[in-house]
Amino acid sequence: MQWDIVIGLEIHVQLATRTKIFSGSSTAYGAEPNTQANAVDLAMPGTLPVPNEQAFRYAVMFGLAVNAEIERRSVFERKNYFYPDLPKGYQTTQLERPIVGPGYVGIDLENGETKRVRIHHAHLEEDAGKSLHEDFHGMTGVDLNRAGTPLIEVVTEPDMNNAAEAVAFARKLHGIVTSLGICDGDMSQGSMRFDVNISLKPKGSDKLGTRTETKNLNSFRFMEQAIAHEVERQMDILEDGGTITQETRLYNGDRDESRSMRTKEEANDYRYFPCPDLLPVEIDEAFIEEARASLPELPDARKARFMEQYGLNDYDASLLASDSRLAAFFEETVKHGKDAKLAANWIQGEFSARLNAEGKSVAQSPVSGKQLGDLVVRIADNTISSAGAKKVFEALWTGENDDVDAIIEAKGLKQVSDTGELEKMVDEVLAEMPDQVAQYQQEEDPKKRKKMLGGFMGPLMKASKGQGNPKLFNEILQKKLG
Amino acid sequence: MTISRTDIEKVAVLARIQVDEAQVSALENDLGNILDLVDQLSAADTDSVEPLAHPLDAVQRLRPDEVTESDQREAFQAIAPATENGLYLVPRVIE
Repeated sequence: MQWDIVIGLEIHVQLATRTKIFSGSSTAYGAEPNTQANAVDLAMPGTLPVPNEQAFRYAVMFGLAVNAEIERRSVFERKNYFYPDLPKGYQTTQLERPIVGPGYVGIDLENGETKRVRIHHAHLEEDAGKSLHEDFHGMTGVDLNRAGTPLIEVVTEPDMNNAAEAVAFARKLHGIVTSLGICDGDMSQGSMRFDVNISLKPKGSDKLGTRTETKNLNSFRFMEQAIAHEVERQMDILEDGGTITQETRLYNGDRDESRSMRTKEEANDYRYFPCPDLLPVEIDEAFIEEARASLPELPDARKARFMEQYGLNDYDASLLASDSRLAAFFEETVKHGKDAKLAANWIQGEFSARLNAEGKSVAQSPVSGKQLGDLVVRIADNTISSAGAKKVFEALWTGENDDVDAIIEAKGLKQVSDTGELEKMVDEVLAEMPDQVAQYQQEEDPKKRKKMLGGFMGPLMKASKGQGNPKLFNEILQKKLG
Repeated sequence: MTISRTDIEKVAVLARIQVDEAQVSALENDLGNILDLVDQLSAADTDSVEPLAHPLDAVQRLRPDEVTESDQREAFQAIAPATENGLYLVPRVIE
């Protein structure tokens, strides 16, 4: 049987405010446990919350960036449940009047089309603390530094139909919040966390199936895997004639396994009610207009500019514009390196591969945009070959030397581009390989000829101690061999 | 409106309150009376009334995003039943 996959997302975005949503405690990451948890965060009796204006400004900026309506009068509710990392016994959140109303985001599909994913709403709420389940003499350790960190929870409509679309949306949202500067986007530190709602229905049917929710995915890769895993699990059950249980599931990315966390029947009844400690928050036009005026360039506009200004193709522009830090790195590289296409290739190739391999973000790159730009200049003007460029990049990355030209000099990577000198080498090498030359000249299939041409390159590179310009060698070879 | 024993037991579980058999019967009566009162309130016509989020007719004051709190962990942990390495210790939570 053919199935339609229906996916909706809930995304928790940690706001990059200096302080918590309801108290003046610092939100800086990595502090000693509980040194940033004060009386309000700990829910000491007699304390009262005072909301952080910046959290509202950030939420409004987000709303404007996703074409949403801004609720002028928003209300906080209490969501009641017991857990040790939630000192108050309730999470202060928004239910009836969230600050950001319906909006949408466009995502680029693989076939080049743009699809609109609707946002149901986004609301402000506080994060919980962290429970550490390592063994403390049979007890659980609680760190409340994170308790009270402002979040916006973004809830989409079920508008995505496969893992690729869901990941495209997640990446797009990541690009938007990092470009806005309202979230640091650092997924490894939990700055963005995704819950995925998935259901299947017979192809073409307009009746939605029972959905499951897979919670707390903190990387795009895990999200993609978790969706594939859950779709397959549901498909197996349905095709065996079974039914899906509405439940919350946890996905273990390291093992590619999921398990049920709680089913709907035993789900919490959160007993929401308006928080009596907080008055309604009113946002006026001036506040919204001020936020609108402060909006920076967003990924869609940046992509269009990259295509226009640097002549990048759709794919390259989309990729580089999606992340504000990567985009800034690219522009810095082009500023020094001039050749935008070459700069784009290097950033998406060697540079990104190296970042990924070492689990580093762009901000943590040991190579600067200027350095990569200098390298691009030397590739473009044929001073070094691409093989030589990789060696220079390696030396920059490991910090062996920080100057591109000095590395080229020290390692003797300068290409020989003097045609007279290269021709001499070609003559010498061909003279030593008469059999191969004869074979080549008898071959008529151009594909095979091309392959055989490669056979001369090894000895030529060896003769030039790796410094001959391969492009020129190729041209000379073809000329000489006829 | 009546409230069943199972409703009471469920609410007790959610609120983490231990309620014994005899109390359930008394609560059935008391809570039933409260719900009757709510029923009376529900009978009022509220079609043209905006839902009330707060009894005070005022709006929330907001605070600038500036750190105003310092580390007082030692004072807070002095009154905690158990701590270790700066963490509050609680009976083990099973995920």
